[in-house]
Amino acid sequence: MSVTTTFYSEESANRRNSLFLALVVIAFLAAFGFVIGFSIGYGSGDEVAFGIGALVIAVGIGTISALFSYYSGDKLVLSSSHAKEISPQQAPALYDVVNEMAIAAGVPMPKVYIIEDPSPNAFATGRDPQHSSVAVTTGLLQKMNREELQGVLGHEMSHVRNYDIRFTLIVGVMVGSMALLAGLFLRYTFFFGGGRRGNNREGGGGLAIVMLLLGVVMSVVSYFFGALVQMAVSRQREYLADASSVELTRNPHGLESALAKLASDNEPLHSANGATQHLYIVNPLKKLGGGSNLFSTHPPIVDRINRLRALTGDPPMNTSEVRQLSGLE
Amino acid sequence: MLVPIIIIVVLVVLVLFLVGIYNGLVTKRNRVDEANSQIQVQLKRRHDLIPNLVNAVKGYMDFEKGVLVQVTEARGNAISAGSQGPAAQAQAENVLTGALKSLFAVVENYPQLKANENVMSLQEQLTTTENQISFARQHYNASVLEFNNSLQVFPNVLIAGPMGFTKREFFEAEPEAAEVPVVNLG
Repeated sequence: MSVTTTFYSEESANRRNSLFLALVVIAFLAAFGFVIGFSIGYGSGDEVAFGIGALVIAVGIGTISALFSYYSGDKLVLSSSHAKEISPQQAPALYDVVNEMAIAAGVPMPKVYIIEDPSPNAFATGRDPQHSSVAVTTGLLQKMNREELQGVLGHEMSHVRNYDIRFTLIVGVMVGSMALLAGLFLRYTFFFGGGRRGNNREGGGGLAIVMLLLGVVMSVVSYFFGALVQMAVSRQREYLADASSVELTRNPHGLESALAKLASDNEPLHSANGATQHLYIVNPLKKLGGGSNLFSTHPPIVDRINRLRALTGDPPMNTSEVRQLSGLE
Repeated sequence: MLVPIIIIVVLVVLVLFLVGIYNGLVTKRNRVDEANSQIQVQLKRRHDLIPNLVNAVKGYMDFEKGVLVQVTEARGNAISAGSQGPAAQAQAENVLTGALKSLFAVVENYPQLKANENVMSLQEQLTTTENQISFARQHYNASVLEFNNSLQVFPNVLIAGPMGFTKREFFEAEPEAAEVPVVNLG
């Protein structure tokens, strides 16, 4: 049974979902801060102040380290991937395709890089469209036709256009702050564990202990929870970039065909690592199988293809097509 | 003492709100104008590329003079149609697109010419220029959409008219453009 959607509705849904996830993290962080403040400062009358203080410190540290990576981030990623900048004369077709997408998006032309690697992949980086770069592998240039290349680049440039780098960074800061808070709190309770209970006001001791326990539980949960949310946000932004690519090219089939080719290619990308994997169009470390669970940065390729098909009312992939993708027939 | 202060605060907030709406509308309208200029930039780029192309193939294609003449004439018409308004321009540009397609169809029959680096490079440039024209028009429409939406939503709709903002038109392909222009190869 086929469904028909528009890229506008897809984009709205993806933005809503990622915003919702970010709000969930904020709510958890606020609650966590409150619980910590309450359990540390219980009985002193300054519980709220303690809570706010703890939050401020954690978010402050997290923000400073994040800003550092925000401003220097793209240089690091590009050099660690051994990307070489190219001029229009060196790769005219690639340059033209990027230029066309820049015109469609109404953004300045990004810098264009090539990575010498037979595995087809691409990524974009940059804090905003005025400071952006795209990189493609030689493998991608060989295996894609113009239409497919355009779909891929539309996706990548949309990551910059949608300020995904910024968005995932903010979510990363909050998740990192949660981890910092959790770490600090757990250390505090184990060093000073009995201290506060000695100071309890009458009848308040029970509540303090409950808060303490709650704080410990939330600390442990927060690592797990933070990773889950970050991955979920990353996946939503990937879907958003797919829909935004169609907004630019008005041609879902280009991207769909590119994704199918990327899925059935089994070469690992040598220059990618754990820190950079989320920037690529398909997860360079795991391809079709094994990379489709709650801890994946990228959604399963079959899902991405089916969503693209829904834009033109085509039926979703059937079992035979899926097996073909994974090279099983 | 409190009541006048409240009134002043409310007025200030209201004024800031109106200023915000006005600035938003101005920005979006300027984007529409810029997008329109970008289309003109791409069209001109195509006009400029064509003499190079004609020169590159002229030597090989003595038998196909008709096609070359057609392209040159279509280019001339397109340039002059630029001052006759968007509808006339769009039509003339479509005729030019058709003439170029015929030219490249003919080039297919000359393997020497097809493999010529100059010709290949020009072909890529013309392909990308055609695409750029389309994308520029698409982006223009997207800008018009955003601007018109801003004009028509509540509460902007109450003040946009008095502020002097009017709806913009989308770029639409002319009905005649849906027919493929027939170019005589003779």
